[in-house]
Amino acid sequence: MLRIIEVEARLFVRDRLNSLFAVVFPCLLLLVLGAVPGLRTPLPEFGGLRFIDSYLSSLVVFTLAFIGLQRVPTVVATYREKGVLRRLATTPMHPARLLAGQMVVNFCAAILSVLLTIVVAYVVFGVDLPHHPLGLACAVVLGGAGTFALGLVIAALAPTARAAGGWATAVFMLLMFFGGVYLPRFMLPSVVQKIGSYSPPGVEAVQQAWLGSTPDWRHLAIMGLVSLVAGTVAAKAFRWE
Amino acid sequence: MAIIEVRDLGKRYGPRVAVNSVSFDVAEGEIFGILGPNGAGKTTTVECVAGLRKPDQGSVSVLGRPPASVRSAIGVQLQASELPERMRVGEALSLFSSFYPSPADWSERLGLTPHLRAEFGRLSGGLKQRLSIALALIGSPRVAILDELTTGLDPQARRDTWSVVEQVRSAGVTILLVTHFMEEAERLCDRVAVFRDGRIAALDTPSGLVSRVDGSCRVRFVPSAFLDVALLQALPEVAEVSQVGEQIVVSGAENLLHAVTSLLARKQIVARGLRVDQVSLDDAYVELTGGRDVADH
Repeated sequence: MLRIIEVEARLFVRDRLNSLFAVVFPCLLLLVLGAVPGLRTPLPEFGGLRFIDSYLSSLVVFTLAFIGLQRVPTVVATYREKGVLRRLATTPMHPARLLAGQMVVNFCAAILSVLLTIVVAYVVFGVDLPHHPLGLACAVVLGGAGTFALGLVIAALAPTARAAGGWATAVFMLLMFFGGVYLPRFMLPSVVQKIGSYSPPGVEAVQQAWLGSTPDWRHLAIMGLVSLVAGTVAAKAFRWE
Repeated sequence: MAIIEVRDLGKRYGPRVAVNSVSFDVAEGEIFGILGPNGAGKTTTVECVAGLRKPDQGSVSVLGRPPASVRSAIGVQLQASELPERMRVGEALSLFSSFYPSPADWSERLGLTPHLRAEFGRLSGGLKQRLSIALALIGSPRVAILDELTTGLDPQARRDTWSVVEQVRSAGVTILLVTHFMEEAERLCDRVAVFRDGRIAALDTPSGLVSRVDGSCRVRFVPSAFLDVALLQALPEVAEVSQVGEQIVVSGAENLLHAVTSLLARKQIVARGLRVDQVSLDDAYVELTGGRDVADH
């Protein structure tokens, strides 16, 4: 199993464009936005916070949604389409382990990206370290699990790798919108804000755990539920060839 | 002792019957060929033997056990199954070797050593096949299943692959070989099962299959003097005689030539322009599969 994770990690790193984008892009975006003075000024709309403070959770949303929906479904559907899973089915090792290895690597990449964002925010812009680290960890893990599970559902149901990529991109765009990546959340109608806090990866819980007090347990519970339901659907519907 | 036993195997996909009451045994150390047109049930059969599919009917056993329980004793090279594009040859070999208790390294013998750092997506067709064979053999299997091993290879690569298969056999591995090419079956296989419409149409040695075809040998000549065709017809070896202009065409069993030339010698007739055509496995195949296009791929 370790060998699988190692190989998957190598493949992840070798796919430079995607891996760099997933891990480094949120920090870059933070640095670029932070370079604009106006976005570093505390504003009453954000409850006395700066724009960049309020945008941190959306950066986390980006990372989780990008890895969970741009990488996971395409890689998994391609493995199936190319017969990689079928090939493994002939060995004593079950192909599910390859998928598990793939998930572990993607999860580690997501965590790495979030940690990097925390460090950059703290060092460069003096953003507080997460107020509620455990809450943030839960929010990231559950939100990530929910998003990855959605990615797996798409991989399970899409007939081809191309279709998987297309469907996943649509869902990705939608989650990015609800997660306030395109437009800051305060500019979105309150209904959209509401949907955003309950749709994976759970922007609200991340924001509260980082710069508020504690995340709302209902938001976390919803993420857990999404992971569970989507995970079950994916496992039931998955075709190995 | 039979290392592979297939009894009354049946498999259907929805309404379509892919394989219907197929039975055969493969002896240890044998190269057993499976021939047949597309859709005749070859791949489905070997997938059942590999434990990838569950038969709807009948049974399959490898080493006396259900195939799924002896995965590490079966090495499989599948048609159209690839590896991740960016995985390197060396990584694939070390990954697959970690699945088995006593891995064997075939990379040297298969000429893969210079390519260990090459990514799978950039390999030529021949190298991909060789890697695929190396991965099939990596668990030191007792049985290797090779499905359309040489399809898409150029003639040189095909011949190289054949010598690899012979090496594998001499290492004591039993081989189940699915193929489209008669030449390949004739050269490699000890016995061949010809599939047609999900059933075995014939099962024999390659030469046995050839001899099943009427008139497996054909002799043509122009006699130097008049020859009564009835004399030829009276020979027990002769199945058919026809005359086209001066040329006489005789077809019959394998020892036909000797019978015909003895007759001519007794009559002191010289055969001019003598030509002998041997029926090949190709002809046998076409006859056995009902004349469907062999090259249709």
